[in-house]
Amino acid sequence: MQATLQKTPLYDNHTSLDARIVEFGGWAMPVQYDGILAEYKQTRTHTALFDISHMGEFIMEGDCVEIGLDRLVTSAIADMPIKSCRYGAMLNEQGGVLDDLIVFRIEKEKWFIVVNASTTEKDAQHIQKHLKPGTTFQDVSLKTGKIDIQGPLAREVLSPLAPGIEKLNFYTFDHFDLLGQHVLISRTGYTGELGYEIYFPWEHTPELWQKLLEHKHVKPAGLGARDLLRLEVGYSLYGHELDENTSVLESGLNRFIDFKKNFFGKESLLKQKESGLKRKLIGFIADSRRSPRQGHKIYSESQDEIGEVTSGSFSPHLQKGIGLGFVLTEEGIRDKKIFFGNDKNKIPAIITPKIFYKNGSLKD
Amino acid sequence: MEIIDHYLYTKEHEWINIEENQGTIGISEYAQSSLGDITFVELPAADDEFDQAAQFASVESVKAASDIYSPMSGKIIEVNEDLVEEPELINKSAYENGWIAKIKLADLSETEDLMTADDYRKFLESIV
Repeated sequence: MQATLQKTPLYDNHTSLDARIVEFGGWAMPVQYDGILAEYKQTRTHTALFDISHMGEFIMEGDCVEIGLDRLVTSAIADMPIKSCRYGAMLNEQGGVLDDLIVFRIEKEKWFIVVNASTTEKDAQHIQKHLKPGTTFQDVSLKTGKIDIQGPLAREVLSPLAPGIEKLNFYTFDHFDLLGQHVLISRTGYTGELGYEIYFPWEHTPELWQKLLEHKHVKPAGLGARDLLRLEVGYSLYGHELDENTSVLESGLNRFIDFKKNFFGKESLLKQKESGLKRKLIGFIADSRRSPRQGHKIYSESQDEIGEVTSGSFSPHLQKGIGLGFVLTEEGIRDKKIFFGNDKNKIPAIITPKIFYKNGSLKD
Repeated sequence: MEIIDHYLYTKEHEWINIEENQGTIGISEYAQSSLGDITFVELPAADDEFDQAAQFASVESVKAASDIYSPMSGKIIEVNEDLVEEPELINKSAYENGWIAKIKLADLSETEDLMTADDYRKFLESIV
């Protein structure tokens, strides 16, 4: 492991659990403990903990329109109720995605923003460059540990430790007393299951990790399981389905874009809408256990190359390979037969909606 | 990491168990552990013939795909059909129930190119 990689406050906890550590976005992160499929199953049937301390967090103060925050994100935020969260994207002028993020409205004029790990620095620069001079902006990424507790039993596990969390609705948050700290907990996640994300003081995060692991229904899960869980529910991953060179419209995040307001990239998006999109993001299911992989080509039924896979894996839920990828717009028709693979080996699949697992505990 | 004493090994982490002029082939405990959960095995067909070190099967795990090379030249006698529905047998039992194929060996002198269990143990120590 390179000495230059950043370590989360839970790094020693992971190594003591014999986790396999990999580089992710400049961080040394656990990819698996007991095995990706076991951790996947633990999350779908019981509850798992994920160390997500690598992600970035910013705090801003002021009226969102006046300070320029509103213009930086695609989703409507000015109408957000206090203590709610909203997903959105930050775009460049071409309509490509600088990052996807979640905005939390802490007070009428206080905002908490959670961004991806590998983009934290770039995001902080971009935001500060475009905020009204003098606006309060704090990067609290390295003060904020983060543990996601995800799975159908997450509420049962967490509520005795943080009474009141059982009242949180999907995509809302509040502050709770937890192990002597007063912390932000949101009912959000990246797995398609009921779950919470806990923002905890960096140096105290190991205490929370240990305490939660004492519960008989809780086990740790790594980035491998997290990637599989998110893929089954069709969530985009930055660097795969979203990047600076891909229009947010091609990535299919339309419902997180408020065209009634002004935001960076809007003009380009309007032009793209008018002239029509060249590519679109699709979901597809293999007719076998074979897995698509990022970088595989996508072919039409007549075996012409029509696109590329951005994410792919074996779906334990469907017992088949599943994937996301970009194809030429006119080819991206539901139920259409395609192939994925390379020149040598083309594996049959069918285009489907971008969700492969629908009956999760997400909104229980 | 478990290594079976009387098997022979390749640098690509395949093993072969030779009984007279027949060899049973699989991947090592180290290989299955590195690959993680195996979700698909592409098996050769009966009667297919392969040269030593030719790709003759592939496995896919949740993380990656990996080619499997034949430790010796020969003709496929039998493949492990159980792996079609239960590819995880390789994870559970890399040296026994997770065998991939049996071949009729074409040239027994090819064993000279393979590692003994002791050689393989040293090889693993050198790469881990």
